[in-house]
Amino acid sequence: MAQAGVIKATVPATGAAERSMDGRVSRIRLMTVIGFIALWEVIATLGSYGIFYNDVVPHIWNIAIAVFYEIMSASFYRDLGMTFAAHIVGFICGALIAIAVGIWLGTNTLIREAMLPYLNAIGSTPKIIFLPIIFLMFGVGIESKMAKGSMSAFFPVVFTTTLGMMLINPVLIRVGRTYNLNKWHMITKIYMPAMVNPVITGLRLGVAITVIGVLVAELKFADGGLGYRLGIYYEQFQIAPMYAVILLIFALAAAANSGMTRLQDRVNRHMAPTTTKGKKARASASAGLGIT
Amino acid sequence: MNKLHKMPVLVGLFGVLACAVLLELSVNSGWVMEIIVPRPSDTILSFPIVQEDMDIVGNFFVTLAMTAAATLLALIIGLPFGYFLYKREAYGLAYEGWLAAAFSTPIVLLYPLFLVLFGRNYHTLILMGFIPGAIPIAIQTRQGLLGVSKTLVNVGRSFNVSEQDMFRKIMLPSAVPTIFTGIRIGVMYTLVNIVAIEYLTDFGGLGRIVSQLYDNFSIPETYAAILAVILVSTFFYWGFGRIEKWLRPV
Repeated sequence: MAQAGVIKATVPATGAAERSMDGRVSRIRLMTVIGFIALWEVIATLGSYGIFYNDVVPHIWNIAIAVFYEIMSASFYRDLGMTFAAHIVGFICGALIAIAVGIWLGTNTLIREAMLPYLNAIGSTPKIIFLPIIFLMFGVGIESKMAKGSMSAFFPVVFTTTLGMMLINPVLIRVGRTYNLNKWHMITKIYMPAMVNPVITGLRLGVAITVIGVLVAELKFADGGLGYRLGIYYEQFQIAPMYAVILLIFALAAAANSGMTRLQDRVNRHMAPTTTKGKKARASASAGLGIT
Repeated sequence: MNKLHKMPVLVGLFGVLACAVLLELSVNSGWVMEIIVPRPSDTILSFPIVQEDMDIVGNFFVTLAMTAAATLLALIIGLPFGYFLYKREAYGLAYEGWLAAAFSTPIVLLYPLFLVLFGRNYHTLILMGFIPGAIPIAIQTRQGLLGVSKTLVNVGRSFNVSEQDMFRKIMLPSAVPTIFTGIRIGVMYTLVNIVAIEYLTDFGGLGRIVSQLYDNFSIPETYAAILAVILVSTFFYWGFGRIEKWLRPV
């Protein structure tokens, strides 16, 4: 009874401490946002008097108006559609190829050890540097952006899939072999369910990196897309719309990232780690390099 | 077959050579257009030309200097900021999510903004490299210090060590492997961003060379420059991986 009393006494105290900390965290965030807006407005005001960065830092209401005009503009949705199409096609192609290659590397030790140094070398290279090759092969239309998106998505997914394959509980594999499962059934019934976590992590990283890959390709050479739109505003020195497009791109990238994180959380909640070192796999995959 | 299993490096090397020979034959027979993919032999032979025309080694040092400067700036700001986030728990909780979100945003897209603010010069390259470098360093510094074993801290307390000694002799050595992971990720992101901005703005080192060679439609030379960038990235990745392994106890 006494112990129960202690528990009853401590729980509210801990709850109060947590609530107090939550309150402090919220206050810090609010103050940071207010401080940032105030600093921005000071710089913008100094700029409008010609003292500091004239016209380069517009007032926040000018950016808000530009965001409104962007959202109301039909051409914005045409560019958004092009970027979205390039992203989706690039991501799906890159991820599917990466999962297949990852399973192959995960099941074949010799090929894995022979190929991983080369994959690591290309994986750590800025993918933007391959744009000339992609433009030569696919032209400067939307196809090259899809190819760039595929390339960006491929590396995080292939690394996490390979890692996931390597960490599958050997007992599960032995059970599959005991039941004489063929290669296809081993993949669909044993490998895939057991490595959902790392693959989802790789896909989450892949989504974010594909967005960057597609936009960067559009910035260099394109006839449409949000990256192209940003480049045009920069060349025409339309600063407020430039900020508006950057803000909208960041918001869309954050939404895509948040969607994938929620998906990953749902998968994590519904599936206990089935790999030998499930937690380690998740941690390693989360820390993986997602280089554009 | 068993002998092959013991020599994966040789198998990999053989695979790359086989691909190169196959590509050479495909270009020679006209299956692959030379204007899109040059012969591997032409690419290798064009290295001296690229060196002579574009000073690939000199530009490698330009990119290296930019990366080093941006990394230094990222360390100067990222490490103390990470320590601050560790020391002030509320600030750590408030900012860590934001930092992680900022890390996943396309920071490279801010380059038109930086060009407008700072001009097309080395400052822009360094600042654009610094931002994605500082974020993982700050996050991992906080994580490293938070992950220090309570036992080690208690041992320090039982010896009545001062706050400074506690940090210098116990907390920092335990957190170094995690912090170094942040530094490695930071350096790689810094390099990636600097090469990307060099390529997009036609200014600076290796990225500029690739862009200019492509604009001149010098295809074998473009491929040679791309290979040079791959070699530089691999060198960074391998070098920092070795240091990280050395720092991280087994």
